[in-house]
Amino acid sequence: MDALNNLFVNIAAAIRGLFADSHSFSADLTINIIAFIILFLIMVVAALFLSLVERKFAHWVSQRSGPNRLGPHGWFQFIADAVKMLGKEDITPANVDKFFFKMAPMMLVGVTLMVFGVIPFGKGMVAIDLDLGIFYFFAISSLSTLAMLMAGWASNNKYSLLGGLRAVAQMISYEIPLLFSLLGVIMITQTFNLSAIIEAQETIPFVFLQPLAFIIYLIAGIAETNRAPFDQIQGEQEIVAGPFTEYSGLRWGLFMLAEYGNVVATSAIAVTMFLGGWYGPGFLPGWLWFILKIWLVIFLMMWIRWTFVRMRIDHLMHFAWKILLPLALVNIFLTGIGIYVYELLIARIGG
Amino acid sequence: MTIEGTQEYSINMGPQHPSTHGVFRMVVHLDGEVVTKVEPKIGYLHRGLEKMAESRTYTQFIPYTDRLDYLAGPHNSLGYVQAVEKLMEIEVPERAEYLRVIFAELGRIASHLVMIASGSLDISGWTPWSYCFRDRERILDFFEMTAGNRMTPNFVRIGGVSHDVPDEFMPALKSFLEDMPEMMEEYYGIFFGNEIAQSRMKSVGILPKELAENLLITGANLRASGVQYDVRKAEPYSIYDRFDFKIPVLYGCDTYDRHFIRLLEIQESKKIIEQAFRDIPAGPVMAKVPKVIKPPVSKVYHRVENPKGEMGWYIVSNGTTKPARVRIRTGAFVNVQMLDAIVKGWKIQDLVTIFASMDLVLGEVDK
Repeated sequence: MDALNNLFVNIAAAIRGLFADSHSFSADLTINIIAFIILFLIMVVAALFLSLVERKFAHWVSQRSGPNRLGPHGWFQFIADAVKMLGKEDITPANVDKFFFKMAPMMLVGVTLMVFGVIPFGKGMVAIDLDLGIFYFFAISSLSTLAMLMAGWASNNKYSLLGGLRAVAQMISYEIPLLFSLLGVIMITQTFNLSAIIEAQETIPFVFLQPLAFIIYLIAGIAETNRAPFDQIQGEQEIVAGPFTEYSGLRWGLFMLAEYGNVVATSAIAVTMFLGGWYGPGFLPGWLWFILKIWLVIFLMMWIRWTFVRMRIDHLMHFAWKILLPLALVNIFLTGIGIYVYELLIARIGG
Repeated sequence: MTIEGTQEYSINMGPQHPSTHGVFRMVVHLDGEVVTKVEPKIGYLHRGLEKMAESRTYTQFIPYTDRLDYLAGPHNSLGYVQAVEKLMEIEVPERAEYLRVIFAELGRIASHLVMIASGSLDISGWTPWSYCFRDRERILDFFEMTAGNRMTPNFVRIGGVSHDVPDEFMPALKSFLEDMPEMMEEYYGIFFGNEIAQSRMKSVGILPKELAENLLITGANLRASGVQYDVRKAEPYSIYDRFDFKIPVLYGCDTYDRHFIRLLEIQESKKIIEQAFRDIPAGPVMAKVPKVIKPPVSKVYHRVENPKGEMGWYIVSNGTTKPARVRIRTGAFVNVQMLDAIVKGWKIQDLVTIFASMDLVLGEVDK
């Protein structure tokens, strides 16, 4: 069990062992490149697989059959989708701002990939163990707003522009409750380091101490990843596909890749902050627990997506500013009182 | 050059757009996200049905009538055939009348299901859409097992119906009627009772009673604006006077009521079908009509309550085998004019729901 638990850590140590000085610059560089490649593969495979699972789930909810041709019950469909996406013609419309038009999908994918860098998939299994991990997560994921606006503006399309502006309005509004919902956890653990936050949850996951914050995080997280009922940005019934209207082929595929990558990243942060990360009953290795918990959150998000209808943009803004943000502040206040009372009790028992 | 203040933003929705029903085109003028003006542009599905009727015999034109409101085929042909029967003074056998009513009301249920489905799809409700289409499929199966065609059954004939229903029809209809209350609950639970759906639809796109009357709005849209008017009660045709059913009426005048009244009407249609199912007599399904339909020189106007609104058939006969003139008054075509009046000031997202609540079928609008 222990060997299985530390499988990837040991592999990394073995690779480091190949170098004369296991902490030299070249050893660090090699490890980082390998980690980067693995993270990219994780993201691509997870996104492709997720696109299939999403459809399967949707069809299960709405009593349809879904993809059922390729492989057993259609479970190889995502391979065909990927091949199709690669083979499609890449169309750049005539009057677009070519540099930004091509830049936007790459930037979005890059941002998503950068978020993956700080996610601790298991004990010691984190590409870059930043002390400011959660701070980094927010700083980087804010950049995706810019990519959306870039795509919407550069496309030179009225629907795209509407979508891009909606993206800015929505994502900036929801970042604030998202950030504030995590402050409670940070107050308890007194650290920004994601691995340290998980280690603090060895006895009890923070979802039991911070249930309100978890709900706020989940709602704001769904809004941040632009999924129903908060998918105003690409609301296909009104604005066709929002910023993605003019994209085709692999460029469109990159947007989808980033969307599903974001779903995984947001779920991973939820698992890290609230669901106890890699801790779980001992019969499975820690990294597997982490992945299973991510899937649990993803299923919750899918369930919401396929049950609710889309909100209106003004209701959405009201919801962020007038409901979620005050609730998040209340949560911070309650956490502060809780910590104060807890410390008093400790002092009394200790004294 | 600098532009002071805000600029009007006009976008073109349709004829190729994910949410326009059929090939309807709207030129939408926006101030930010708020709609200031909508210009409906119709005619993309114009097939010249009225002119086509003049070059076909009375019987040959029946299949074309199914293609008017292609979501509720039987009711269109019922209107046309009854107009011709009025010209010819043909008595229709009892069993045929009952079968016509059963098919017409099944078509109404199918049409309203599509309306609810697309209404929910327009606010991204994929699951309710799927539920409605799942149940509509069973109605289409009834059409298929009887007439061979699924959406445009071409079942009604001058003097009766094309043939009797097969043996498996009545048991299947019975089980469908038994399952219907459960379906209604499902639609309510996932769509009408949904908090977000209600916030999207309630008090959005008000069509006041006076405006509805002045614009000659008919059908469920009128009844959702508080006017209790239905041709089936106001001027009963076929055997509708024999059935006990109510005309549901709602007073909200908003998008939600225009959706919800369809659900209530499905329940009333179910009542009619149940009574017809109970009372249907045995016997022939076709009257003795001449081989060649040649009405005397005269003209006739006949109207029926199509799921989309009042449908009127004006037929002028010059004593030959082909009509001299056919004029079709369709509910959906007249209902288009309420669009601009009720969307002003709402957001572009509301425009989509309001448009869905009007329940247009382009086959009827463009003819």
